[in-house]
Amino acid sequence: MNGSIGLTHYLVVAAILFTMGVLGIFLNRKNLIVILMAIELILLAVNINLVAFSAALHDLVGQVFAMFVLTVAAGEAAIGLAILVIYFRGRGTIAVDDVNRMKG
Amino acid sequence: MRWRDECYAMIQAFAFYLFAVVVIVSAAMTISSRNPVHSVMWLILAFFNAAGLMVLCGAEFIAMLLVIVYVGAVAVLFLFVVMMLDIEIAEMRAAFARYALIGLALAAALLAEVLIAFKAWSVGGVQLARRAAPTEAAVPNIQAIGELLYTRYLLIFEGAGLVLLVAMIGAIVLTHRDRGGSRYQNIARQNQRRPQDATRNTQPVVGQGVDL
Repeated sequence: MNGSIGLTHYLVVAAILFTMGVLGIFLNRKNLIVILMAIELILLAVNINLVAFSAALHDLVGQVFAMFVLTVAAGEAAIGLAILVIYFRGRGTIAVDDVNRMKG
Repeated sequence: MRWRDECYAMIQAFAFYLFAVVVIVSAAMTISSRNPVHSVMWLILAFFNAAGLMVLCGAEFIAMLLVIVYVGAVAVLFLFVVMMLDIEIAEMRAAFARYALIGLALAAALLAEVLIAFKAWSVGGVQLARRAAPTEAAVPNIQAIGELLYTRYLLIFEGAGLVLLVAMIGAIVLTHRDRGGSRYQNIARQNQRRPQDATRNTQPVVGQGVDL
């Protein structure tokens, strides 16, 4: 990574992306799908951090780890959406506020 | 030569800022879009531009993986679910406006904290000789990752495959529902069936046929 763009630039972008993800979880209380998308954004920010450090230190382990994060993110999305679908079938809504009715 | 280096640096800076701005704007649109379908589309744009950022870093394999896995599989999965569920959008906007102010304040605080931490942080005491897998300039990115992944990280790699298998089976088991009227194979009955029970020799007379 030579030139004027350094590690810090990538870290700032990842930090902003991470904040966007957290904000998305906070704002979309009524929409579980967008919350899952916000989690994907957070994981994307983490991946950008890992890859940026990997490139800056010339160490490949960061990229290998980013691949595993990607795997877990894909699995998490599949399971999360499956749970969302069965929740919607039973309840007819995907609002997070109503999930506490699941107990008992 | 010096002019060419400067030109490269300028192009790199331009590409970085383009990708960075688009990824942040599309992330903002993802979380604030009125329609969940639009959210998924903005998410896809964000993933494409993040892949561009990773190409700029020199991580081509992860970038292509991001495009294939996220855009090709995860985003399409989201799209399927969004279109499958019949959700009311109007109800969601009310909650959005209620939490917008405090949410923005909290996000600004979080971002400020992270940026202050960046300002205070500096690379120090990194022992480059002790890196786990230093990259060599001559080996391409994909080859280097493959060599690392199938030797030192083989067990973890297979564990990742196991995670995907469990996720796949879990998703199928969770969403499967029996609608009734399905025809299943009864293997025990199939194995019990013998030729002498199922078939019969007849000597049909011409013109009379066989009653089955």
